[in-house]
Parts: sequence; structure tokens; C-alpha cells
Amino acid sequence: MATTLLKKKTVVNDPVEPAVTPPDLTTETTFLTKPKLVAKSKKRDIPEGLWDKCPKCKSLIYDKELDANLKVCIKCNHHFPIGARERIHSLVETCSFEEMDAQMESIDILKFTGVASYEAKLAANKKTSLLKDAVITGIGRIGHHRVALGVMDFSFLGGSMGSVVGEKLTRLIEAGTDRGIPVLIISTSGGARMYEGMFSLMQMAKTCGALAYHSRRRLPYISILTHPTYAGVIASFATVGDLILAEPGAMIGFAGPRVIKDTTQAELPPGFQTAEFLQEHGLIDAIVSRNEMKDRLMYYLDFMKVGGLATE
Amino acid sequence: MKYYLDFEKPIVELQRKLEDLRAHPETHSLGISVDEECRLVEAKIETLRRQIYSDLTSWQRIQLARHPKRPYVLDYLKSVFTEFTELHGDRLYSDDRAVVAGFAHLGTQRVLVLGTQKGRDTKENILRNFGSAHPEGYRKALRLMKLANKFGLPIITLIDTAGAYPGIGAEERHIGEAIAVNLREMMLLEVPVIATVIGEGGSGGALGLGVADRVLILENAYYSVISPEGCASILWKDSSAKAKAAAALRITARDLLELGLVDEIVSEPLGGAHNDPAAASLSIQKSLLRHLSEVQAWAPADRLQKRYAKFRAFGKVNEPAAAA
Repeated sequence: MATTLLKKKTVVNDPVEPAVTPPDLTTETTFLTKPKLVAKSKKRDIPEGLWDKCPKCKSLIYDKELDANLKVCIKCNHHFPIGARERIHSLVETCSFEEMDAQMESIDILKFTGVASYEAKLAANKKTSLLKDAVITGIGRIGHHRVALGVMDFSFLGGSMGSVVGEKLTRLIEAGTDRGIPVLIISTSGGARMYEGMFSLMQMAKTCGALAYHSRRRLPYISILTHPTYAGVIASFATVGDLILAEPGAMIGFAGPRVIKDTTQAELPPGFQTAEFLQEHGLIDAIVSRNEMKDRLMYYLDFMKVGGLATE
Repeated sequence: MKYYLDFEKPIVELQRKLEDLRAHPETHSLGISVDEECRLVEAKIETLRRQIYSDLTSWQRIQLARHPKRPYVLDYLKSVFTEFTELHGDRLYSDDRAVVAGFAHLGTQRVLVLGTQKGRDTKENILRNFGSAHPEGYRKALRLMKLANKFGLPIITLIDTAGAYPGIGAEERHIGEAIAVNLREMMLLEVPVIATVIGEGGSGGALGLGVADRVLILENAYYSVISPEGCASILWKDSSAKAKAAAALRITARDLLELGLVDEIVSEPLGGAHNDPAAASLSIQKSLLRHLSEVQAWAPADRLQKRYAKFRAFGKVNEPAAAA
């Protein structure tokens, strides 16, 4: 994405944008993945091992060591971006994950004509992310708990939610309700997908509706917020968890920081919209490091027994 | 000064000509009487109005939806409803004046009505925060919707907001959660819920009051996932491409009906609701009463199931495996 920086600059003059799709996050996070790619191409001739530089503590980390630690910096606990598949592998028991709707793909409902067509965007993102869309869903086992697990991936169109993300998650939640099992959703998203217009917005109501029925059956739902989670996803399924967890340092919010700054003309408080800020303000239950996530989820699920009280 | 939009200029010019002609009959030049010439101009204005207003672009409709003279929620609360009595506050933090709510009569029925309120002037806009609600606005709405649910009152929501407020306090008090909880809880309200977008339907801020058995939209209102300006600055990297973005996003009442995302378009008087608020009010009242009686006929469990199915069906995907 060579246009990344250009985009960043021009977005600064945005008008008031209280919408669900935040403008600047795509750019920021693609940026995060960039240094790694550069490092790789530079050191291709070195046969063994590649080095990553931690953007937070600047120390060099051996690539394989970083992977083994689930892309969390060994020195400073900085959480690097991680793909949906890697995340699933880190959580579920071997061979226990049955993916749902793996073939589902987005279609250009509106015949969206922007600077680039939606179709072209989809094709390009499929190629770079090796994904069909921005979420992977399925039923798997975490410890002895069978769960309906949905994991978003920011590398596909900024994790934006269109019909596919909404439909896959809704089917996942419905499967959770039907089977009487917990739902776990790990979010990372820039918000609703503009290219599908109002269809994207309606996915917010659709997913929350499915969760309403899941909750009515006294089934647990844990929402895990990772860097970054914003806008249409924050204003829907991601914030109605029985428990809401976040990874350290994750940026989480409804409106993007730049939009808020432009609208209010106010100085943003230090650490604004970080997971730590959210915890301090009472908006999430806990901050959990990625490499402790699985153990913690198993622990929580033990407390949130399905049908703990006789169901209606 | 009369406020007019750029595309209304030809009409305004003719109207000025007509006024001049009436004020100074001696200037008339045609070989007919002044009265006759006036009538000719009047007819021309009428034709032109029909021509211009019947073929508006998406962007022109958005301009009408944001028209400073357009009736707002409080105007309709006086004209569509009777005996509106406001109820305040979320019982948690404050009374968000960007959301008004209370009991009212719609025809002979007792209902709970609520909506987002914009300000008419600077002072009122500060009070109403330009119609952009904070979390407490959504929580007030939910508190009262649950009250209505408890006592079997139908709920009417009127939506007119550019969006939920993007501010520091809004984030600190979890605006996203406030909207999300509304989406979830509105799905389970057993009483009839009718939502009407009367002006701007700005994204999540609008949807937060928009989960309903019927979703109606005024002819010149819009309902969108993102403002045209926001979309333009992201995709075109130029906020002046807003007209292009407005068309691409398909956010006008007609587009949304065509896409099956709204249930009905409520017609407005020619040139927009502000040209004849009484006519617009009557039109809204008729639609609300009709839809309400239809939805009221359903059993509560039926209503819940239908509401879920309605939102469940939104979206289109491609499934190669299923097709094979």
C-alpha cells in the first residue's frame, strides 16, 4: 500500500465525522505491519533467522522467538499485529476447530464506484491477506470448553464489517445459541464497510440481535478487543459481552482520535482510547496479554457455566 | 433573507421577477396585461418547481434533509402528536437534550415518542449539541423504551441526527456500548416499535434508535453508514467529492426502498417538508397510524420473531459452496 502516507495527510482536514467508519485507522495499522516486511526483504540473504524491531522498546527480536511468543515483544510486552488464523491456533485445541462458512465472499451489492471499485479492492485484499474476508468463524474447543469462536483480521480491508462479516458472525452466534455453547469474538476493525453502504450498518443490528437471543438463553459471550477496534464494531457486538477483555495497549473507541480532535478542538487526554484508559474508566472487565489469553478464557468460562441457573 | 439552495436559484429568480412585476406594474413589457403576465410567470414557476424537485440528485436531497428550515422532532411532536409531555434523564449521569422523549397521543392512542433534536439557532444548537447525542441520550431512550415495554405502550422514534457525538466525554462514558446495548435491547421489546427517519439518518447514532418493526423514511431524508463528506475524504481523499460519495453510497429514501432497507417512503410536499410543515405532518401521521395498526395486530411473540427476521435478512453474500 504505497498510498498509505498520502492518505494519512489528506485525512487531517476531515469534517466532523461521527460516522461508524473511522477514517484513519486503516492507514495506521497497515503502517504497523510495514517495518516487518521491509526488514524481511532487506535481510533475505541471511539464511537463518530474521529480526524484528519492536516499535515500542526498539529492541531487536528474533523472528521465531517473536512468533513463539504469539507476536508479543519479549522485552516490553508490546503486542504486534497477528492474523486471525494464528490467533485461532493459539487458542483452540489441536484439530478441534471446524470452520464455518469458509467460502463465503463479499459481493458488490451497490456497484460502488469510488476512486477504485469495490470489486477491485476485494480482489487486491484477497491477494495480500490470503483471506476471503475479514473474519474467520467456527466451532472449536478451548480446554474442555466447546465454544463458537469468531476472529477478525485487520489485514482484510481494515477488518471492516460488511455483509460477510455480519452474516458469518450472526450464523456463529446462532450456532452458539442452538448448541447452547459460549460465544467468543475477537475483534479488530476500522468499523462498518463503506462500500456496502447501509447493508454494513445493518450488520450492527443483526449481530446484536443474534446476541440478544444468545444471552436470553443464559449463555456466556466474551468479547475480546484487540488493536485497533473502532466505530461500527465498537457500537455493536464488541461491547455487549458478558465480559469484555482487551489486549494491552490496544486502541479502542467509537470515533477516531483525529475526528474527535477536529470536532471538539480539545486536547486529548494522555493515553486516550487505549485499553488501559478504557479499564480506568470502567468500560472493560480486564486487560489480558495475548500469551495469557487462552488460560484466562478457560478460567473465566469455568465461572460462566452454561445454564448456571435453570433456564427459562 | 430567504434561505435557498443552489439548485433552487432558477425558482427564486422567477419569484423575484414576479415580485418586481407586482411592485412595479409599469415595467411590464409584453403585449398583455400585467395580471396575465403575472399568471404566466406563476405557471412557469410551478412547472419549474415540479421539474426541479421531481428530479433531485442524491446530494440535493441531502441538502434538503439538512435544510435549516426543515421541521425538527419538536415541531412534529406538536403537529403529528398531541399532549406531548417530556420525560427527562438517564438516571445515571444527565439529561441529554439532544434526545427528547416523553408520553404523547398519536390519534387516539397513547404512545412513547422519542427522537433526536437539532437546534434552530446557535443558542439552541449548543443546548441540543446540534442533534448529536451523547451516551446518556441513548441510555435515556432505552430507559424510557423499557418503561413503555413494561406498560404496553407502542414506541415511535423520530430520527434526525448527523451522528452520535464524537467527543472525549462520549468516549469516556462509552458511546459505543450505549448504542450497542440499544441495538440488542430494542430487538427484544415486545411492544410495537416504529422508527421514522425525518431528516438525517447519521450512521450508528441513528441506528441506535432505529431497530424497529417498521422503518419509514421521509422523501427527502437520508440514512447512511457514513456521511457523504466522510466517505469522500476517505475514498476520494477530497471532501468536496461529497456529491459523488452521496450517489455511490445510495442513501436517499428512494435508493433505500429499492434496496429493501426501509419499509416505506413518507411523501413530502413539493420542495421539502419545510415548504408546508402541516402537509408533511399529516403525511407522517397517516403513515404512522397505518403501520402501527398493522404491527399492533401481531402477537408480541410474533412481533419479536418478525423484527429479528427483518434485520436478520439484511446483507448479501456470495457462497460458492452452497450454490454447488
